[in-house]
Amino acid sequence: MIPVHALAAANGSGPSIPAPHIEYGQLSPMLVVFGAALLGVLVEAFLPRRLRATAQLGVSLLGLGGAFAAVVVLAAQGHGTTRAGLLAMGAVAIDGPALFLQGVILLTAVLAVLTYAEGRLEPRINGHRVDAFAAQAAAVPGGEQERDATREGLRTTEIYPLTLFAVGGMLLFPAANDLLTMFVALEVLSLPLYLMCALARRRRLISQEAAVKYFLLGAFASAFFLFGTALVYGYAGSLQLGEIADVVSGVSQVTPALAVTTQNDALLLIGLAMLAVGLLFKVGAVPFHSWTPDVYQGAPTPVTGFMAAATKTAAFGALLRLFYVAFPGIRWDWRPVMWGVAILTMVVGAVLAITQQDVKRLLAYSSVAHAGFILTGLIATDRRGVAAVLFYLLAYSFVTLGAFAVVTLVRDSKGEATHLSNWAGLGRRSPLLAAVFALFLLAFAGIPLTSGFTGKFAVFQAAAEGGATPLVIVGVLSSAVAAFFYIRVIVLMFFSDPQPSGPAVAVPSPLTATAIGVGVLVTLGLGLLPQYFLDLASKAALFTR
Amino acid sequence: MSYLLSATCAVPAAGAVLTAALPAGTSEARRRTTKTVALAVSVLTLGLAAAIAVAFEPGGARYQLTESHSWIRSFGISFSLGADGIGTALVLLTAVLVPLVMLAGWHDADPAAPEGSFESKRRTQAFFALILAVEAMVLVSFLATDVFVFYVFFEAMLIPMYFLIGGFGDRAGGPDADRQRSYAAVKFLLYNLLGGLVMLAAVIGLYVVAGDQGQATFSLTALTDAISSGKLVIDPNAQRALFLGFFFAFAVKAPMWPLHTWLPNAMGESTAGTAVLITAVVDKVGTFAMLRFCLGLFPDASKTFAPVIMVLALIGIVYGALVAIGQKDIKRLVAYASISHFGFIILGVFAMTSQGQSGATLYMVNHGISTAAWMLVAGFLISRRGSRLIADYGGVQKVAPVLAGTFLIGGLATLSLPGMAPFVSEFLVLVGTFSRYPAIGIVATFGIVLAALYALLLYQRTMTGPVKAGVEGVRDLKVRELAVVAPLVALTLLLGVYPKPLTDLVNPAVNDTLSQVHRTDPAPAHPVAATNGGEQK
Repeated sequence: MIPVHALAAANGSGPSIPAPHIEYGQLSPMLVVFGAALLGVLVEAFLPRRLRATAQLGVSLLGLGGAFAAVVVLAAQGHGTTRAGLLAMGAVAIDGPALFLQGVILLTAVLAVLTYAEGRLEPRINGHRVDAFAAQAAAVPGGEQERDATREGLRTTEIYPLTLFAVGGMLLFPAANDLLTMFVALEVLSLPLYLMCALARRRRLISQEAAVKYFLLGAFASAFFLFGTALVYGYAGSLQLGEIADVVSGVSQVTPALAVTTQNDALLLIGLAMLAVGLLFKVGAVPFHSWTPDVYQGAPTPVTGFMAAATKTAAFGALLRLFYVAFPGIRWDWRPVMWGVAILTMVVGAVLAITQQDVKRLLAYSSVAHAGFILTGLIATDRRGVAAVLFYLLAYSFVTLGAFAVVTLVRDSKGEATHLSNWAGLGRRSPLLAAVFALFLLAFAGIPLTSGFTGKFAVFQAAAEGGATPLVIVGVLSSAVAAFFYIRVIVLMFFSDPQPSGPAVAVPSPLTATAIGVGVLVTLGLGLLPQYFLDLASKAALFTR
Repeated sequence: MSYLLSATCAVPAAGAVLTAALPAGTSEARRRTTKTVALAVSVLTLGLAAAIAVAFEPGGARYQLTESHSWIRSFGISFSLGADGIGTALVLLTAVLVPLVMLAGWHDADPAAPEGSFESKRRTQAFFALILAVEAMVLVSFLATDVFVFYVFFEAMLIPMYFLIGGFGDRAGGPDADRQRSYAAVKFLLYNLLGGLVMLAAVIGLYVVAGDQGQATFSLTALTDAISSGKLVIDPNAQRALFLGFFFAFAVKAPMWPLHTWLPNAMGESTAGTAVLITAVVDKVGTFAMLRFCLGLFPDASKTFAPVIMVLALIGIVYGALVAIGQKDIKRLVAYASISHFGFIILGVFAMTSQGQSGATLYMVNHGISTAAWMLVAGFLISRRGSRLIADYGGVQKVAPVLAGTFLIGGLATLSLPGMAPFVSEFLVLVGTFSRYPAIGIVATFGIVLAALYALLLYQRTMTGPVKAGVEGVRDLKVRELAVVAPLVALTLLLGVYPKPLTDLVNPAVNDTLSQVHRTDPAPAHPVAATNGGEQK
């Protein structure tokens, strides 16, 4: 990123600074996570195999916990509000939304790592506990090497450093204040995720297929983003979001060399559209959603939970920053398009979910519908909209993570029993687990007194105040459609007879139990007494430039 | 600030949690503990509701015993409660009915088969905890003076209600009873959820519209004051849209024709107690909210739409009664009769006369009591014979005279026999309607004739004639069942001959509502329409 700024400086947009100045303190959450990730790589390389899993879990939890502590300290020092500012020569912005979302991502990641370490679900192999990840990722599925690796009880502990790298990218993504940094963050968070999708211990082919699909489509979307970056740079002569905003709204002087292209709005609009495509792909908005069901289904369930919660949070953070910081000047151009995307996303997500027979695919389409609800908050284009989106992401992350953690527990002899017919009568066999899952489903459906309702109310209210009443009406109607399929699962669990050879509910270790328990607490807490977090979100809802 | 109202709502809520947490009902003794605890909680709630009624001064302010607790400041929401005459009457109704429903359904949640392998051990706890949860949420709905708080509980009560319908049936259904029941539960939930979500859009819309004029609040009292004093002027088109948003939800809940189709399924498939809870308690929230929210917040739109709504209500009265006559299933018959009665209530609300609205409010209470008596006795009968079909019965009065007698009283109350409580309210509604809309009043009167048909035909087919095969074994009411029916019959008769306490309670609130919509009673063309509804009898 340094050459970019050298370029910007040479173009006369600021005084030239000989050496980059890096504010290590304010970047510490990311640095801690990346440091822990590197340590994880060293653990992989040097520690004996039997110690690795425990060591990796420890390193990950320490790293994520330390980073979260750093976020809290930064927020307490006022870096989210009064002392918010640009760092690293304008490449990174640490402000309210960035810190809030970093906190959410880190907490989600802590819970996700807990579900990774769950070793009591799979049957023991040779006395070794194994987890949900492939014995040896490089082994050919069904091949001899795989059989050997499985028999020896190997585990892919690389999942931990991969997750930490992804988390590092996610922390940077909503904080990135120039388009190239944003792109780098996008890649840093995506590449480990592609790999992690391929690591399922069972049904490895479908898992690898998911990874390939995700990789191909993701690479395509990244290319869009990069091309958009180039076009916008051609228009504005800068990659920094704040400077782009000035050029777009005509405040600042245009670089003389670009005087001709700056006349050309097509460059700007096409560039913005391509940037938006790249980001909308990551949040899973229609029409860029088609990867979601396959990837959510194929990926190992703990990874799906992590991905569904944290990636969405990070990507919405970036989307918000892009639209609110760089392109508020042409909101009358992008708002109608985003209206269309939001409406499509809500309707398509809700309608397609109805026909799903697999619980992971169902949750995937539900996540698409939720992306639509969140987009209605984004369209409000004011501070309340940002606050609403931040709160929604907080609420949604914990519900999602909890729901996928529950999915890991419902198993038969072939692993997780994700086909919905297997869930029939679950409420009679394991009332507690079914009740917990029902709570998560009700939160997804936005029933009052759960976090999902508070979030939905916040975004709809923001959208209505921003003049997007039709969006609210579409949102309300698609909520009704969405409620139908959530209710269908509840009916299945509670009012259908169990299959004679149906799945059993595995008894989890305290790790998964903690993740689910925290999910339940947050879901109820944000539904009953959301005031503190709403305050936090609304205090944090100001972007710095 | 008094805490009486929130305590009244908190007691059943805490009771629900407590009941759910009691040890699993593996033995008869443990189940009895659960039931006793739940019953005790509901009786305690009744005591608190009675305390509200005693503390309430009918001539005083519109909302009394008010309290307000900060809840979600960011949205301008406070947990505000306040009792007015109408709300107090319905709180009393709820608090009276819930213990009786529990007593009536004492054995409804016992494990169907002792060796049932998949039968949950916590079935009994779940049943009673859900009833208490519904009660708590209904009470909050009747007392809420914050639009958002009302909405939240109006919507949240669907969930326990849904599990009550879907999870507990009356064991008299056919071979696919489970499927039918879960269908009924889903239908109930989807209809009401759709209504609620449309209302959510209107709630947000109201906040935005009010916020544009510097009145960003969800407080019902603040909003109605601002509207009636002219400080808050909602554009007519917006007002109509918001009115329809609110009204849609209440019309589904009430239910009003043509949004009624979930009710027969839900009442038919659930236990008799649950059916009473639906029709006598939960549905009242719908009609109550029409009175409090639709009329209070959108007076002009209410007047605009009143004729249309009256016609729909009228269709509901006649349609419900006609379909009830043709029913083969006892519980579905009661459900369609209720639809007809809800037509009367809605008629009274939107006639916008003092007799009409007092009548409608009394009707809510009286319909609750009389239908509860009718339905619960029908439930006792059904549980004895194991069938819901009218054709399976005949000559019951010969083998179980007390059961037949109470069933007849319930039926007579339903057809508004003079001397029974519903007569007073039905008469008031008809007078109130007639004074403004004579044609509608005349047609609605036919509803009474039809009611006599379905109620008496049902009695004749099931209770009189030769004893049908299968009916000989029907035993008469037990002590527990008598304890359920006796208070209901007593109340029906008492309020039939002496409705004054109730009319005194509700009349000030009704007059206040009417002044909010700027309606006065039409000048009497002839001296029939007296001003004080209590003297009609």
